[in-house]
Amino acid sequence: MSPLLRSIFSAEFGFAIFRVMTPLLFAAIGVSISSLAGTINISMEGTMLVSAFIGVLVSAFTESLILALLAGVAAGMAMGAILSYFHLRLKADIILAAIALNLFASGMTVFLLFIASGDKGSSSSLKSLVFPELHIPLIKSIPVLGTIVSGHNIMTYGAILAVVVFYIITFKTPLGLRIRAVGQNPNAAESVGINVNRTRMWALTLSGFFGAFGGLYLSMGYVSWFARDMTAGRGWIAIAAATLGGYMPLGTFLSSLLFGAVNALAIYLASLQFPSELISLIPYLATVIALTIYSARALKKRTYKVEEAKRVGKITDVKESP
Amino acid sequence: VEKFLLKYFTLIRVIIAIAIGIVISVFLIYLISEEPGFSLRSFLLGPFLSRSRLAHVFETASPIIFCGLAIAVAFQAKQFNIGAEGSLYLGAALGTAFGVSTNMPAIIHIPLVLLMAGLSGALWSFIPAILKARWKASELVSSLMLNYVAYFLGLYLMNFHFRDKEAGYLVSYELPESAWLAQFIPGTRIHYGIILALVFALLVYYFLYHTTTGYEIRSTGFNERFARFGGISVFRVIVLCQVILGFLAAFGGMTEVMGIHRRFVWQFSPGYGWDGIIVAIIGRNHPLLIIPASFFLAYLRVGGRVLNLMSDVPAEMITVIQSIIILLITAEAFLSQWKYRVTLRQAERGGAA
Repeated sequence: MSPLLRSIFSAEFGFAIFRVMTPLLFAAIGVSISSLAGTINISMEGTMLVSAFIGVLVSAFTESLILALLAGVAAGMAMGAILSYFHLRLKADIILAAIALNLFASGMTVFLLFIASGDKGSSSSLKSLVFPELHIPLIKSIPVLGTIVSGHNIMTYGAILAVVVFYIITFKTPLGLRIRAVGQNPNAAESVGINVNRTRMWALTLSGFFGAFGGLYLSMGYVSWFARDMTAGRGWIAIAAATLGGYMPLGTFLSSLLFGAVNALAIYLASLQFPSELISLIPYLATVIALTIYSARALKKRTYKVEEAKRVGKITDVKESP
Repeated sequence: VEKFLLKYFTLIRVIIAIAIGIVISVFLIYLISEEPGFSLRSFLLGPFLSRSRLAHVFETASPIIFCGLAIAVAFQAKQFNIGAEGSLYLGAALGTAFGVSTNMPAIIHIPLVLLMAGLSGALWSFIPAILKARWKASELVSSLMLNYVAYFLGLYLMNFHFRDKEAGYLVSYELPESAWLAQFIPGTRIHYGIILALVFALLVYYFLYHTTTGYEIRSTGFNERFARFGGISVFRVIVLCQVILGFLAAFGGMTEVMGIHRRFVWQFSPGYGWDGIIVAIIGRNHPLLIIPASFFLAYLRVGGRVLNLMSDVPAEMITVIQSIIILLITAEAFLSQWKYRVTLRQAERGGAA
């Protein structure tokens, strides 16, 4: 185990964590912002996939990174808007509609990929641009820290910036206040004149906005091509990460970091003599365990509060929390 | 006529959604195909044009019926467990492992292998069930994550411990003949799995609509708090419906292994668990409606395969069409304006008479 331990405690491993965390963090922020409004965006997997594909497609045909970015982000926001239209206007169950959207994304991207490149597996014939890496002057020359923090794809820094943006939107803007109000009690929010549906629509669209960056990073940073179903469950892991982080900026960041570490560990283990199947399942298993621990703690906290309230005599009976 | 329309409003909505889906597929074919007429014919009529293709519809439909029933039981209780795929994969892998390592007369071997697969699947979906019931961990996320875990576990089991090295490609050892489900129509691969699927559809229908436990499952889905108030053990319902889901999905997957491949051949997850979600939605979680829904989906699948083979249109078009159909079906308010107008007219006429 000594070579394994040595590689885990190396600066390269720290670098890998950030690299793997980037798409998860973007997506987890997206899920968080939609969940704060009480409408969880389960279609994050499909959103990332569509953005990843549109980004590659546009960059291959226009050879412009900016256009690819804009198109990818627009596609992600469109996915959020479509979900909100079906859920809020057409009264579809948000989970079922999101499952349908994920299916749509998976099929549509392969369908269009085939039309655009004649290939169904990956876009190797389409030459995609990638987002540049950023070497931070001064910091990059610090021994260990420099290796970990500098030289990342610009999207990785973008993801950390996104945490700040998420914080500002949620706590410093009127929209953020409305989103939180709608999420906590839609009836109360409506009674003070907040348009619940419109707020939720914005939350879902913003969710698609953040998720889009995660998808773009996958196909234009992490690698430089699009492959079918390349998100490989990251949208779902992001949902777990968002839940684990309590839908809050710092919490989402830390839980994404945790999942990034587990994923990076799986990648490192793969280089050892060990059946790759058993290594590949680690991140997914870790997600289930983390989700359960979190849920159990949240439940305990809730039960404790109810017990306390009963003891003090404030309430006599409490309705089941949803 | 209008009364009839109102009575079957839900059904009509489903049919309209399907019609819109088909229209879009026609549009897509005309958009991208060099010979749209030919492509369209291969897609819509292709499945009927040869005996083996028609048989293929039946072969494809049987595991889909099983998975649709599985999902329906859980969805009726509003438990969004989407782990049918994982249960099916791991259950069939463990069933195959049991089947190839044992030898006994067919009359015992067949039910025993099916049961082993079913129980393995049930045990697997017990995990998200108990996590939800005990600690309120979202079954949606955990069952999906467990799908990946099940896939990798099953793949490991088959590739490392039951791989037939003489086969030349990555498959498990062949099941002994005593564990084969017979193909009963000569010249096709239609096997007894389809009969079992239909029997199970009736059983699940009876279970959901004519037993106390079935009633408890449906009430929990309808209103959990009300169900709890009425003395129903919601804990039990949450666990039970998901365990049944795992059992049915794995059982269905095993029939496909025993009836068609006779070994474990899935290097990729076959996707029947996802098809199950689609037919459960199209069939509105009703066990008997899931049968036609499954045949419809199987027809689309086979049509897509013909399209892929004979023309320049990729089969993924089918996935797009499916997703549009489900979106329209789940959209409760879709066509509700029309229903409202018809109801109003009915009421006015009733008032005048």
